[in-house]
Amino acid sequence: MTEPLEPEAAVVVSGVDKVFNVGSSDEVTALSGIDLTIGAGEFVSLIGPSGCGKSTLLRLIGDLLTPSVGEVTVFGKPAHAARMDQDYGMVFQHAGLFDWRRVAANIELPLELRGWSRADRADRSAEMLELVRLPEFGGHYPRQLSGGMQQRVSIARALSFQPKLLLMDEPFGALDEMTREHMQLELLRIWRETGTTVVFVTHSISESTFLSSRVVVLSARPGRIHSVVDVDLGDRTDATREDPAFFAKATEIREALRADKDDG
Amino acid sequence: MIRGRLAGIGPPVVVGVAGFGLWEGIVWGFGIREFLLPRPSSIMDRLVENWPVLRHAGWETGRIAVSGLVAGVLAGVVLALVTTRFRTLNEGLTPLAIAVNATPIVALAPIFNAWFGITGTLSNQAVVVAIVFFPVFINTARGLTEVHPDELELMRSYAASEWAILREVRIPNALPFFANALRVVAPLSVIAAIVAEYFGGPQDRIGNIITSSAAFARYDVAWAAIAVASAVGLGLFAAALLLERLVMPWRLVDGGSENHNTPGREK
Ligand SMILES: Nc1ncnc2c1ncn2[C@@H]1O[C@H](COP(=O)(O)OP(=O)(O)O)[C@@H](O)[C@H]1O
Ligand SMILES: [Mg+2]
Repeated sequence: MTEPLEPEAAVVVSGVDKVFNVGSSDEVTALSGIDLTIGAGEFVSLIGPSGCGKSTLLRLIGDLLTPSVGEVTVFGKPAHAARMDQDYGMVFQHAGLFDWRRVAANIELPLELRGWSRADRADRSAEMLELVRLPEFGGHYPRQLSGGMQQRVSIARALSFQPKLLLMDEPFGALDEMTREHMQLELLRIWRETGTTVVFVTHSISESTFLSSRVVVLSARPGRIHSVVDVDLGDRTDATREDPAFFAKATEIREALRADKDDG
Repeated sequence: MIRGRLAGIGPPVVVGVAGFGLWEGIVWGFGIREFLLPRPSSIMDRLVENWPVLRHAGWETGRIAVSGLVAGVLAGVVLALVTTRFRTLNEGLTPLAIAVNATPIVALAPIFNAWFGITGTLSNQAVVVAIVFFPVFINTARGLTEVHPDELELMRSYAASEWAILREVRIPNALPFFANALRVVAPLSVIAAIVAEYFGGPQDRIGNIITSSAAFARYDVAWAAIAVASAVGLGLFAAALLLERLVMPWRLVDGGSENHNTPGREK
């Protein structure tokens, strides 16, 4: 992880507002005045109270929503162009595997859409199943897997085509604590091995502290960036979770979140 | 699995046999006149006696039901695909389809005779098509549109075309909805064919045998014809179930997880 000092920007969000239902009685300003730059290869978490616009910001970066004001640039091009170039991998809280496809076929779906040959697809899905440590499950249907296993398949699917940018919206939110901690380590290992850029939405302070190189703290109504906390804890292991430096960082993030509440 | 399937057949067989026994006993014990309710054994006798005529009638009525079923299902599926592809068309057609669905279609049978001819089978088939069409259309259209938003966002994040979304997400998502509709309309097609036959068409069909036997107070023969019709209906229902199993193998596996893809599941 010795990135160059001035890494190429993966994501540049500049002057973005997002207003839903403009002009109607239920108009909501979800985000206001967002400026954020994410370097290539970074692992950045978005944290904040529920409804503060984390998912909205993630979707703006992924071009699933368009900003009301401002612009989003991804790898030097407009977000829309990045989506058309298939630069994104996405993982949601709900694993979102297709019931009708076997596990390997789920992982191969984005490859199929890209016109890969059957043999190449099979090779890659086998490789991905290896990566998420589910090598024997390619022939199973998703509903035969536990929630944690499904989420791992969902991550394998998002990584199968080596996306330059991985967007994750509370991907471990539905998992139990043990599985969640295990998955966090797996994700960090995969991130190190692939060198992809990750934007990770969570509402867990410890999760954001453990995973990220930077944590973006959002405040609610309207959603703004309250502060950005650098987290420099070196390579994470299970021991990191008991490290005083880890607690200090978590406390810093907690206070940023609390300060925001007191302001409001 | 086979064992499970056979175990599933046991109870209905026992209940069925007991039911027929009870029916026989009640008619015999209370001295109910066969004119009002024939005993199952008499119905069986008439069935054997009139087998060539009833078999022919069952076959012909079955053909009307199946041809109408196939045409109605195809029409329903095609229109559902077209309306989901073009949203404005959907907004216009769906309320219309619901309104038409609320009209009692069998009431149209005499009118269909005028349109399609009273002696041919076309008017009877038209009644079946009209009855089958709406449940298939409405259910399939629901299955094509009620897709989890995450699944659509995922496909959009891959820059997938509308066609790819239809093929990979909407159609598989609609299969369970379609299968439910098919289970309902498969036996319904036989009912529709018989009711249509009450009003017109060739005279050697189940519907005609029921009306003419009843007119001559040969109720036991009418019951035998009804037995043939219900066998045809059951056969079509079984075919619908079989098709469902063949087309959706993922629904056969046992799973511990909650995301069973059943229509109306909370997504
Ligand atoms: N599609 C939408 N239409 C209208 N309002 C929306 C929509 N999506 C999000 N919002 C609103 O925007 C705000 C931020 O939502 P969201 O980004 O989902 O928050 P978070 O992910 O942080 O919980 C909320 O007030 C929410 O109600
Ligand atoms: Mg959210």
